[in-house]
Parts: sequence; structure tokens; C-alpha cells
Amino acid sequence: MVTWTLVFEQLLNGVQFGVLLFLLAAGLTLIFGIMDLMNLAHGSLYMLGAYIAATVTHWTDSFLIGLVAALPATLVIGIVVEVLVLRALYRRGHLDQVLATFGLILFFNESVRLIWGPAGIQVPLPDFLNGSVDLFGVPYPMYRVTVIVAGLAVAGFLYWLVVKTRLGMLIRAGASNREMVAALGIDIKLVFTLVFGLGAALAGLAGALVGPIRSVGIGMGENVLILTLVVIVIGGIGSIRGAFVGALLIGVIEILGRAFLSTLFELVLPSNAAETAGPAVASMLIYILMAGVLFFRPQGLFPARTG
Amino acid sequence: MALLNARNLVVLATFALLALAPAYAAWVETPFYLDLGRRMMILAIGALSLNLIMGFGGMISFGHAVYIGIGAYTVGICAFHEVTSGFVQWPLALAISAAVALVFGVISLRTRGVYFIMITLALAQMTFYLGISLDQYGGDDGLTVYAPSDFAGLIDVDDDLSFYYVVFVLLALCLWFSQRLIRSRFGMVLQGARQNEGRMEAIGVPVFRYKLTAFVIAGTMAGLAGALLANHTDFVNPEMAHWTRSGDLIIMVLLGGMGSIAGPIVGAAAFLLLEELLSGVTEYWQVIFGPFLILVVLYARGGILGFLSRKDGGDG
Amino acid sequence: MAEPMMEIRALRKSFGGVVATDDLTLDVGAGELHAVIGPNGAGKTTLISQLSGALMPDSGTIRFDGRDITRMPPYARSRRGLARSFQITSIFPEFTALDNVALAVQAHDGHSFSFFRDVRREARLRDPARAALARVGLEARAEVTARYMSHGEHRQLEIAMALATNPKMLLLDEPMAGMGPEESGLMVDILKGLKGEQTILLIEHDMDAVFRLADRITVLVYGRAIASGAPEEIRASAEVRHAYLGEDETV
Repeated sequence: MVTWTLVFEQLLNGVQFGVLLFLLAAGLTLIFGIMDLMNLAHGSLYMLGAYIAATVTHWTDSFLIGLVAALPATLVIGIVVEVLVLRALYRRGHLDQVLATFGLILFFNESVRLIWGPAGIQVPLPDFLNGSVDLFGVPYPMYRVTVIVAGLAVAGFLYWLVVKTRLGMLIRAGASNREMVAALGIDIKLVFTLVFGLGAALAGLAGALVGPIRSVGIGMGENVLILTLVVIVIGGIGSIRGAFVGALLIGVIEILGRAFLSTLFELVLPSNAAETAGPAVASMLIYILMAGVLFFRPQGLFPARTG
Repeated sequence: MALLNARNLVVLATFALLALAPAYAAWVETPFYLDLGRRMMILAIGALSLNLIMGFGGMISFGHAVYIGIGAYTVGICAFHEVTSGFVQWPLALAISAAVALVFGVISLRTRGVYFIMITLALAQMTFYLGISLDQYGGDDGLTVYAPSDFAGLIDVDDDLSFYYVVFVLLALCLWFSQRLIRSRFGMVLQGARQNEGRMEAIGVPVFRYKLTAFVIAGTMAGLAGALLANHTDFVNPEMAHWTRSGDLIIMVLLGGMGSIAGPIVGAAAFLLLEELLSGVTEYWQVIFGPFLILVVLYARGGILGFLSRKDGGDG
Repeated sequence: MAEPMMEIRALRKSFGGVVATDDLTLDVGAGELHAVIGPNGAGKTTLISQLSGALMPDSGTIRFDGRDITRMPPYARSRRGLARSFQITSIFPEFTALDNVALAVQAHDGHSFSFFRDVRREARLRDPARAALARVGLEARAEVTARYMSHGEHRQLEIAMALATNPKMLLLDEPMAGMGPEESGLMVDILKGLKGEQTILLIEHDMDAVFRLADRITVLVYGRAIASGAPEEIRASAEVRHAYLGEDETV
């Protein structure tokens, strides 16, 4: 039976998943928007964040220390990658960027296998977050609430950063007119490196947060990467607002689709057909949504760049 | 244009090696070489088809393995339902690949640049998940193809050697077809659209329908590679359509040299050889291959054939 | 005069608040070389883009050869015999000059869904292409890859590509842009050779060339046609002097 409680709970799960996607999409869409760089390795930073947080959590018995350690670690890895590899790619075509960052994925996946072994890692829930809260009469896991709140806080922080600060001004200006920013005598390279580092740290944060919810494993980066790409395509490349709306949309649709589509189909189809069609369509739902959005708005919902 | 320049020699040498591989495999009693050579040729057909749209048409599809997957699954599902006639299976594999390419092409060719890359990637992922959700055909685990495609005694796909030469001939046909295609009126439009799409429209060519046609042709050819692959491995699974397989195809095209018609064949051979060599060195061979790929992208744009002809490093 | 080849009526186009084409009405007679001049930002390129179909006007109509083409896509206009050259060189850089022009011929020779015949052996494409190259003086450069040609040669190639489509009318967007005096002289000669047999709408900065070539001149300022007439009338017009030529001469 589908109850209101269940729907509400899944809706929250969708929001929570959407918030995680936003953490990834925000960085990726900025990197795209400002540097015109297609970075497939963004998911690898998410994976590295998850592995580092999980490892430090196990060493120190503290999830918080693990979480805090993952941020500077992914920031530094991001900056190193930017300086060593990506910097040479800004002026190249998208195909080169795709291939080189694909090479990075292979390297990072295999490195993780080499260091941590092929098996995944479980991250225990921290005790102080291991309860549930009562939301409108529905008990909901404390940890997931924390993830939602943390994600919304980051969204607020990014909004402030992009709209109110000098760095944000440069980011927005750089996204629309790179030469002009450079002409103003601003070290655009440094801005790029900072933005990339920031994006990497956000991806690392998402990875660290996801540890206690799903197990940490190789390949986790790629699956989420493609969802993230869907998010920024729907939202419009370069738009933080688009990333936020797109992430929540995809998060909610993905989770609700998987949870309820079979049940929904049973209303109109024989039950064995519904059982087959449900999961199949659920897995395709967000891609159909994306195709639909692009069909009517090829630049996404919130196009950041004109021309 | 000299016929016997370094480029053509490498292509000829690759073909000669592929033609002689079975004899060598028999001589050193290592059937594995037969297997490797056949795999090279099947993937070469896939890479060849990708090069038509990517190298010549400028459409960077990051979902080309989908059509290999669809071709393979068509054969697998036919066999599962005890339809083993190759005369049914293979044309069906081509037709379904073509149909899917038509639909995906209509959707994705509305977009440009990175949007095109991402939408083809996402559509590929969608197909991959669809494969996983097909529980009755093994879902995640895939499907064993117990009976090979049956051509009523005309050709024996079950016999390793004769299947090897079937693939060899098909590869040569695909190469010949690509060569004709690129030099035809259609091929000129395709290449012109890559170089300057606005100009192409201005001289009176509705570019979209030509790009779409190329996309469908490429998808169909990849579907053929898929039908062959199902018979090669006697097994199909969603992994065949995974986006990283599409990445492999792009790498093969790049390794061989973008925009040279036979390049992908050399590229596919080089890719599989590298994989063999490196995985012989270490189990974690991608730790080496990843950075190698980055170096190729940064410093050897024209691929192997581009390096040999040393013109001006491929297209901008 | 017979029915004009092109009739532009009350054409309007604005970008945000900026009006680029303001209630423009203009006729180009068959066989006429009609030049449109105007200071920078007068909306000349916007006009040609609307005529060729790269931009859609907000309102107004464009009739070409007796048909309303206002909402037609670029390729359909091209098919009806309206060819354009681009202000910024727009060619196929990896093809040879001959291939470039042959492709333009091909575009007007039915569809291109032909998959097997070697296009470089089709006399039906190569011969007219060579002829078009000869008309712009590029016959000796036929086999040179376009990207290795000079700027002036690119402009000539553009004209050849437009001619190769056997057009009823040419839209030429600043064919002398960025040329030295010698190259411009050559281009004027080429255009003189076309004059009389081709209907041409010419947008050009080079006043000398315009006054030597044009049958009629229209002066565009802020999207409006402030004067239209024979070269000597335009030269004599006080309004034009004030709005345009005066400014130009003081520079």
C-alpha cells in the first residue's frame, strides 16, 4: 500500500538526493560556464572525497574529522589536476577535453583499486546523527535531514559567493567574456584554478556525505557523473540557479519514479506487465525528461550564456 | 598522391597481419591470437562507423557503443527465443540499430557542441539502464547466447576460423563503403557541415537531414559490429553499451588518427594490443593507460596515421 | 522598370531596445547593382542577414523574384536563387578551392543523397566550378587547399561560390573588407564584369568602389534609409553629406 507517509518519506529522500547532486552540479556547471571545459573526471573527485572521508573516519573513529579531512584533500587534488592537465586543455576542443578527462577517470579508478582494493567500504553513521526526527508526524532519519540542511547551506553560500562577492563577479564576467576579464588585468588563470579547486571540494563534500548512506566503491563516480551532466544540461550550462532547480528535479523524479512507478502502472496495466515496465521506465525517466527539455529548450531551462 | 606512403603502408600492414593472424595462431598453437584478432576487427568496424560521424561529420557522439549493444542484444534475444537464423537475426540487428539511431539522432542533433556530447552520453546511459532492467533477459548479468547465428550451412559462424574470415571480409567491406561514402556528394556535405555549418546552409543545403542520415548509417554499421560481437563472445550484457565502451571507441578513433578513413582500424588494433601489453605488465594497467591517453591528447593529436603523414596534425 | 527582383517593405528588426532596421523599404531592380552604404552600426549586416534568412525580421515583408520569402529558411532562399557572401570569410578551409566551389554547385543540383559516386570525377560539378573560379580569376589556384590561400583570394573564392549556384541575385557583404588597394582594384574589376548580367545588392565601406560600381545607392543611418538614388544624386544630397559623408570626410 502506498501511504502518504511513504510518499512524504520518498519525497524527502528525493530532495536529499537532489541536494547531493547539486553539490556536484554546482562545481561542474561553474567549471563549464567559466572555463568552457568539459570535465568528465568530476565524478572521480566525488569518489576520492568518499574514500578519503571513509578512511579517515575509520582511523579516527570520527565521522566529522573524516568529513573535514576530505575537503582540503579534494581541494588540493583538484588544484593539482588543474595545473598539471586541465590548464593545457582550455584552448582545445571539447573532444580533447573529453578524452583527457576520460584518461583521468581511468587513472583515478585504478589508483583507488590499487590503494583501497576492489571491495567497497562501509561508513558507520555517527552516533549523534543516528536517530530520527519527527517531520510533520513522519519519522525521518536525522542524518538525511543533516545532509539536506548542509546542502541548502552550501547552496546559500554559493549564491552569496557568486552574486555578492568580487570573486563571484569575476566568475560571472569570465563566463560571459573571458577576454574582457583578462583585459582588466585580472589573473584569469588564478581564478580558474580557484574555481576548479572549489568545484573539486564541493564534489569531495558530496562524496564524504554520501558514505553513510550508500557504500563507498569504485565506479560510484561515473554513475553520479552522468546524473550530474543531466542536471546541468537541464538547468543550462553555467547557471547555478539552473543547477539547483535541475538537481532537485532530477533527485525527486529519480527517487519517486523508482519507488512508485510500478505501483502507478498497476492501476492501468496487468500486474506482471507493470512489474516489468515499472523499473524499466523508472530507469529511463530522467533521460526522457532531459530529452524533452532539450527538445523544447536546447539551451536548458536557465541559459547562462547568450549567443 | 603516392599510393605507397607510410600511412597506406601501415594500413596495408595491419590488414596483412589480420589476414595472417590465424595461420600464426595455429603455428604457435595459441588460439588466443585468433580471438584477439577477431575482436580487433569487430571493434574496428565499430570505430570505423564512429569515425564517419565524428571524424568526418564533427558529431562527437559519446554513446556509440549503444548501437553495438543493441546489435548484440538483438542476436542474443533472438537466440533466446530460439530464432537462430542469421538471415533473420542480422538484418533485424541492423534494422533495430538504425531505428534507435534515428530516434536518438533526431533528439540529439538539435543540440550543438557539449550539449550534443552530453545528450548522446545520457541517452547511452539510459539504454544501459534499460538493459539492466530487462530481468527476463538476465538484467545485470546478461544473457548467454547458446546457439550461434545459423546461415543454413552457407557460412559457419560457429567455426572459429571461418567466422574469423567472415569478420575480415565484413571489415574490408565496411572500409570500402566508408571510402566511397566520404568521397561521394553525401560525404562532401558531411565534411562541409563539420568545417562550416552556416556556410553549408547558405549555399542551399539543409544540413540536419544529412547529419541525421550519417548518424543512422553509423549506428547501423555499429549494429553490425554488435551482431558480430554477440557471436564472438557467445554472450551479451549491458556492459557492452556502457558509456566507457563508447569512450573506448573514441580512443580507438583518436589513436588511429581522426579524419583518416582507415585510421580507426589501426587504432582499434593498437588499443587492444596496448591493453594486452599493459595488462601483462600489471593488473592495474589503467594506471598507465590513463596518463598515456592524456599524453596522446596533449601531444599527438593526429594519432598514429597523423604522425606518419606529418601534415598538419589533424583538424582544428 | 520591370518588376523589381527584390522588394523590401516596412522591414523592422530590433535587438532589445536597439532598432537595427527601422521601417525599411527598398527595391532592387533586375540587373541592377544596388549599393547600401552607411556608417558603422547603421544596420547593414543585420539587413543582409534578414535578406538571406540568417535573421528573422520582427515585421515587414521581403519579396524576391515574385515570391514572399520573409519566413523562408536560408537554404530555401539559396535554392530560389538568392546567394550571399559573408563579411567575415566563410569557406570550407580543409577543401581545395575547386572543392569549395563544386560543393556550391552540388548544393543546387538536386539533393546530395548520393553515396557511391566519386564526386571529384563528376564533370557536371567540376566544370561549372572551374568556370566560376575563372570568372573571379582563381583558375590557377583551383587545387590549393582553401586555408592556405590569402585573404583576398578567400574573398574571390566567396564570390565564385555564390556565382556557382547560378543565382538570380547576389548579396555581397563587404567584399572588399580588409583588402589592400591592389586587391580591392581586382575585386572592383571582378564586380564590373558581373554588372549588368547579375542583380547585386552590395554592402560596402569603400566609397570609391561604391561610387564607381553602383547603379543606385541607398544610405542607411540607424536602420533607416535616409536617401536613395543614383550615385550623383547621393553625392549631391545635403542630408547625406550631413549624416554620413561629412563625418567620413573629416576623419
